[in-house]
Amino acid sequence: MATTATSAGVAPESGAPVGTGGTRSIEELEAIARRLREDIVRMTTKAGSGHPSSSLSAIDVMTVLYFGGFLRHDPKRPDWPDRDRFILSKGHAAPALYAVLGESDYFPRTLFDTLRRIGSPLEGHPNMRRLPGVEASTGSLGQGLSIGLGHALAARIDGRGYRTYVMTGDGEMEEGQVWEALMAAAQFRTANLTLIVDHNKAQQSNLVERVLDYRPLAEKLRVFHWHVEEIDGHDLRAIQSALSRAQEVGGRPQAIVAHTVKGKGISFVEADWSYHGKPLAEDELARALEELKN
Amino acid sequence: MVALAEKYEIKLGKATRDAFGEALRELGGQDERIVVVDGDVNNSTRTEWFAADNPDRFFNAGIAESNMIGIAGGLAASGKIPVVSSFACFILCNGFDQLRMSVAFPHLNVKVVGTHAGISIGEDGPSQMAIEDVALACALPGFTVVVPADEAATRAAVRAMMEHHGPVYLRVGRPKVPVVYRSEADAGFEIGKANRLRDGRDVTIVANGLMVSAALQAHDALAERGISARVLDVATVKPLDEAAIEAAARETGGIVVVEEHLAYGGLGSVVAMAAARRHACPMAFVNIDDTYAESGTPEALMEKYGLTSDDIVRAVEGLAGARKRG
Ligand SMILES: Cc1ncc(C[n+]2csc(CCOP(=O)(O)OP(=O)(O)O)c2C)c(N)n1
Ligand SMILES: [Mg+2]
Repeated sequence: MATTATSAGVAPESGAPVGTGGTRSIEELEAIARRLREDIVRMTTKAGSGHPSSSLSAIDVMTVLYFGGFLRHDPKRPDWPDRDRFILSKGHAAPALYAVLGESDYFPRTLFDTLRRIGSPLEGHPNMRRLPGVEASTGSLGQGLSIGLGHALAARIDGRGYRTYVMTGDGEMEEGQVWEALMAAAQFRTANLTLIVDHNKAQQSNLVERVLDYRPLAEKLRVFHWHVEEIDGHDLRAIQSALSRAQEVGGRPQAIVAHTVKGKGISFVEADWSYHGKPLAEDELARALEELKN
Repeated sequence: MVALAEKYEIKLGKATRDAFGEALRELGGQDERIVVVDGDVNNSTRTEWFAADNPDRFFNAGIAESNMIGIAGGLAASGKIPVVSSFACFILCNGFDQLRMSVAFPHLNVKVVGTHAGISIGEDGPSQMAIEDVALACALPGFTVVVPADEAATRAAVRAMMEHHGPVYLRVGRPKVPVVYRSEADAGFEIGKANRLRDGRDVTIVANGLMVSAALQAHDALAERGISARVLDVATVKPLDEAAIEAAARETGGIVVVEEHLAYGGLGSVVAMAAARRHACPMAFVNIDDTYAESGTPEALMEKYGLTSDDIVRAVEGLAGARKRG
């Protein structure tokens, strides 16, 4: 039985549609996620560099956020003041962001082919001054949650109802600034701020537990006074319910610890964290696209 | 860089980060005091080679650059010779207050190594490009700042850096770079000493890092046009070889400063200050000016942001024109 996605979407003043449509079934969301995975591996292989594995772990959460009726935004009015914000703090997963923005018609999908080329607004890491829909220029890890907190506080000051979502990497959680922002957000009781940690267990040089073993993450966030949801970050239904519950939490910021797999969807990348920062070779791409079909 | 090298039939050597990694591994085996702290990028900075040999003296401190700098300060205060490394942008920018308070102010013997400097990293784009790092490092009292030209010069610089007592910033790059020096001995590297690579009467081109090879190409192109250019490799930005700058100003009457860095606070600023103090002369500057770059191939970026030998030639000709008119 097809479940319908929760629609928290309210059409912007212009009456334009939310994202690229209204409510979608799980099957429809799965189909979108599959297509976005293809976009991610294609565009990075074409570019000859980039971080497909870091993008693949994040894409299911981002699919539900953008196409499951959660993020209220209007691609025709990227500066709509009441839009929800999504900040990709782990900026190296830019291909995932470009995939959802392209799917939302912020720009023509043909731009995917220009990823990382001179003159292209699709830079190696997101640049908010060059690409509509990008809420923050990121790429130096650790800064997105603070920026998101700023947006959340601005909403409160202006009496606006928008929400701010920030996605960090689990290696990124090692940056001290993230914990400064965690404390500040709890202190300022920003219930309109949601952090999603893409907990894919690996960073650049090794597994997170072998670099700085900060487990258990969810408990740490709880003692920092955040509401915490811990989910399988590839289970679309679980992502939907976690995002829904987060919206209902009063008085506190919410963190969703999304347990994910780096390189999710492509067996030989899933099995090997050393794929970090490497595009697939042409023959690997063919195998990957074959796997994604099934 | 490959395209440029082919155009001028230049022999490409190793990336300066590779030369750093090799020299560090070699010295690490000889001096037990050397301790390396990296921030999850040891496979990019090449400190993983030191780590393989010396697991007890290597620490991967995670994605936490300011903490790394503090750790290095403590290690140095307890008699170790810490080498802290990451991408140049992250180690300088993220760790700047710690560089100031935990290293520069107490003048501790910390070696800060920034790899992937400049726009020549290419496709990763502006967020990963250090173009302000030299200015930041120069702003720290007591710091020595070194930007070697090639593989051999980098090896020699690493050796000199480890022998020097005091804080040092070493800037190295990601791409393979043209060979300027045949060997470490040929590089004749000494902290604070400029190398005169070509002599000339009409103008002096001052460069460092990967711009040294572009300066040499410009020298040849200018010679064909009847302009005799002196070329100085000023690998040590601080302390600057002021005598070499004074001699260039007096003997050639004009200086063009070339660097893969922003205009403000880099080699150009430092050289202009020295010239103003010692012997003012007309000057021109080839650098990234006052902007962030973008993603692209290294070659395309060097063209677009004005860092080719042609740009140096144009700057020299502009300077010559200005001098005639003046
Ligand atoms: C401040 C900073 N330090 C280092 C880097 C280099 N870097 C890019 S991605 C990465 C690993 C990130 O790991 P994680 O946050 O777990 O993201 P994942 O790729 O696993 O999604 C590192 C160290 C950076 N971008 N920013
Ligand atoms: Mg990770």
